[in-house]
Amino acid sequence: MDENRLDGNAAGGLLGEIFPFEMTTAQVTCTSCGSLWRVGQTMVYGHDMGTIVRCASCDNTLIRVGRGQGRYLLDMRGVRYLQVEEA
Amino acid sequence: MAETRTPRRKLVWRIGEVIETSPETPRTKSLFLEVPGWEGHKAGQHVDVRLTAEDGYQAQRSYSIASAPEDSRLALVVERLEDGEVSPYLTDELHAGDRLELRGPIGGWFTWEAREGGPLLLVAGGSGIAPLMAMIRHRTAARSEAPTSLLYSSRSREDAIYAEELDRLAAEDGALEVTHTLTRYQPPGWTGYSRRIDREMLEEIAPSPEQRPLAFVCGPTPLVEAVATVLVELGHEPARVKTERFGPTGG
Repeated sequence: MDENRLDGNAAGGLLGEIFPFEMTTAQVTCTSCGSLWRVGQTMVYGHDMGTIVRCASCDNTLIRVGRGQGRYLLDMRGVRYLQVEEA
Repeated sequence: MAETRTPRRKLVWRIGEVIETSPETPRTKSLFLEVPGWEGHKAGQHVDVRLTAEDGYQAQRSYSIASAPEDSRLALVVERLEDGEVSPYLTDELHAGDRLELRGPIGGWFTWEAREGGPLLLVAGGSGIAPLMAMIRHRTAARSEAPTSLLYSSRSREDAIYAEELDRLAAEDGALEVTHTLTRYQPPGWTGYSRRIDREMLEEIAPSPEQRPLAFVCGPTPLVEAVATVLVELGHEPARVKTERFGPTGG
């Protein structure tokens, strides 16, 4: 499957399987360039291997989500903060 | 932006019933669904649709919701992609009375509610009209008077989804302006735009940056990136230019 570049919105369903709040409006700070994004503003690449969320300004990998064998595997080393507003 | 956190229950797969299917253009079809347990949506949100083959193989795609939150049925519009795993089934095999597995609504970023006001600048390419149509329908249903400009790029008049409804709504509503650009084929006597969306077109159609429009851009990735770049160059605030890219989605 070709690499598929979409908006962070496209990862909303997958991230919604894991997090109990709407992730497309949660904010992430990039460890590489310090930019602050709503997840819906980032770039998402879908691969057979999993889903990769990248910074829209420096392309740093923010979040990788793999799944299989009944579990999710999240690599979030590209995110300095995950910011979720109180309801 | 205190409204942005949307606590909710875990996203679950639901079974919707197809109430009606109807061709929109030679390459697209509307699906109207009833989904038991559906908790409503905001204009601009999408659903994930999942197909399961007899051997258990699953394929999943995202489709924007084209109906307004006020509408009784959920409407999706599906473009048939020749090599697609999902769209040919949805456009060719699915009929009224069939069931379809979906989950949603998903997304809180690319959304608009009438109480947010305007002016609105909506820019669509091809089937990227779907979430913007939800916004236009919601705007009408909520009796919003937000000045709204839609710029819609299609290959031909026949490929412009919802063309008749858009023209009718624009004729009835002085605050809604609909502009088409037909990039490949134009009907005889066509006096409108006949090229890809460019800077000059956006300067003519978009409210000025001083009016601080909320812009929503949806379509194929190259169109979305070109339009968003020009809007920011013209002086629009990046945070008020919201984008949603389509594929190549693999259909």
